[in-house]
Formats: sequence, structure tokens, C-alpha cells
Amino acid sequence: MADLTLDARGLQCPMPVVKAKKAIDSMQSGQVLEILATDPGSKADFAAWSRATGHDLVLATQEGRTFRYEVRKK
Amino acid sequence: MSDANKVTIIACSGDLDKAYPILILASTAAASGKDVTIFFSFWGLFIIKKNDGKIIGKDWMTKMLSWMHRGGAERLKLSQYRMGGMGTWMMNQVFRKNKVAKLSELLAMCQELGVRMIPCQMTMDAFGMTMNDLIDGVEQPVGAATALEYASESGINWFI
Repeated sequence: MADLTLDARGLQCPMPVVKAKKAIDSMQSGQVLEILATDPGSKADFAAWSRATGHDLVLATQEGRTFRYEVRKK
Repeated sequence: MSDANKVTIIACSGDLDKAYPILILASTAAASGKDVTIFFSFWGLFIIKKNDGKIIGKDWMTKMLSWMHRGGAERLKLSQYRMGGMGTWMMNQVFRKNKVAKLSELLAMCQELGVRMIPCQMTMDAFGMTMNDLIDGVEQPVGAATALEYASESGINWFI
């Protein structure tokens, strides 16, 4: 269960990643941020962003046109 | 030693289609935890010019250059296919329709994420530009030697 949900649907690069950074900054280590996005580029981008920042991308799924990610803060 | 966590961008263009990648890469790098510095030189200075459209300059030639390139992130034009303003207008319309952020929003986002913005002293002087002509939060102007020092310490260097 996510501790916080970021709805980035409809937003284009770089906004989903930038908003995720701002959201995760407000969280505690170990908490999970859920991100909803419609940008197909976000699939590769959240994986790269997690590698760069050290957060753990624990889930990446697609339901219809919506991509759902869960990132555990390091 | 170059540091993989440092990014230096030399922004030399004041075109809309260059300002987008500059600010998108800078904000994304900052959101990924990197220390990002952008050096604004030549027409690139017009990305961080205030949006008031004010004509700047110290003589008729610099004033005329500033009249031709008003600058401010909101006023940038395409590098090509301008078609008397129609190309730029259409590009902006397409971006709005696709919910791409405005340049001024990306600029504010960069500042919020701690991207350092440093203008080039020589071109500022040449254009007759003062710190008052630039947006708030821009650092004091420097020369090429400072930019070179940053570049040599950065793992990622982009010239746009």
C-alpha cells in the first residue's frame, strides 16, 4: 500500500520525474510513492530515475493507457 | 577529477527549440540528484532575460539587436520554419495541446530544484545587459575560465 500517490497523468516529460522528486522529498525513508502516468516514456524514465537516485522501483505495471509505478524511498 | 554527479550545460542559443532541451535536461538532472550548472552565453542569455520584453542596450546597435531578439523565456522563437511568427505560434499551440510545460514553468522548476544559473560577463557587457534585465536568482556573471573549471569537474558536459 502506497503512502502517497502522485497523479502525473496527462503530464509530459520532464514533469512526471520532476514532480516525483518533489513528492519523494516530502516522504520518510522506506515509504512508498505511487505514481500514475500516461507518458509512455515514463516507463524507461522511472527505471533510470530510480537507478540514479537510489530509490527502489518495486512495481511498474500498465493498466490500459495508465502506467502505475511504486517507488520505495531509500 | 570529473564527478559523475555534476552536470554543466553551456547554453548559447536563445531559440525555443534549444531552450526546451536545455531546461528539460537541467530539471531532470536536478530531480535525479545531480548538481547542475547552466552557463548562459550569447543568445542563451535571452532565455533568462525578464519577460517584460524591454529593449535593452547601450547604443543603437545593441538596442536594435535587442529589438530583434526580445527574449524572456515566454518570447523565444523557433530556430527555423518561423513563417513570420506562425511557425512559433503553431509549435506553442501543439505543446499546449500535448500538455508540455511552458519554458517559464521549466525555468522556475529548475530554480526550485537548485539548478545554478550563471551568465557570461563578456556577452552581457556586449549586449549592454545588466543583472536587472535578468530574472531573479541568477548568479553573478563570470568568464570562460570559470565555465572551463566547472566543465573539467563535471562528468556530464553539454553544449546546446
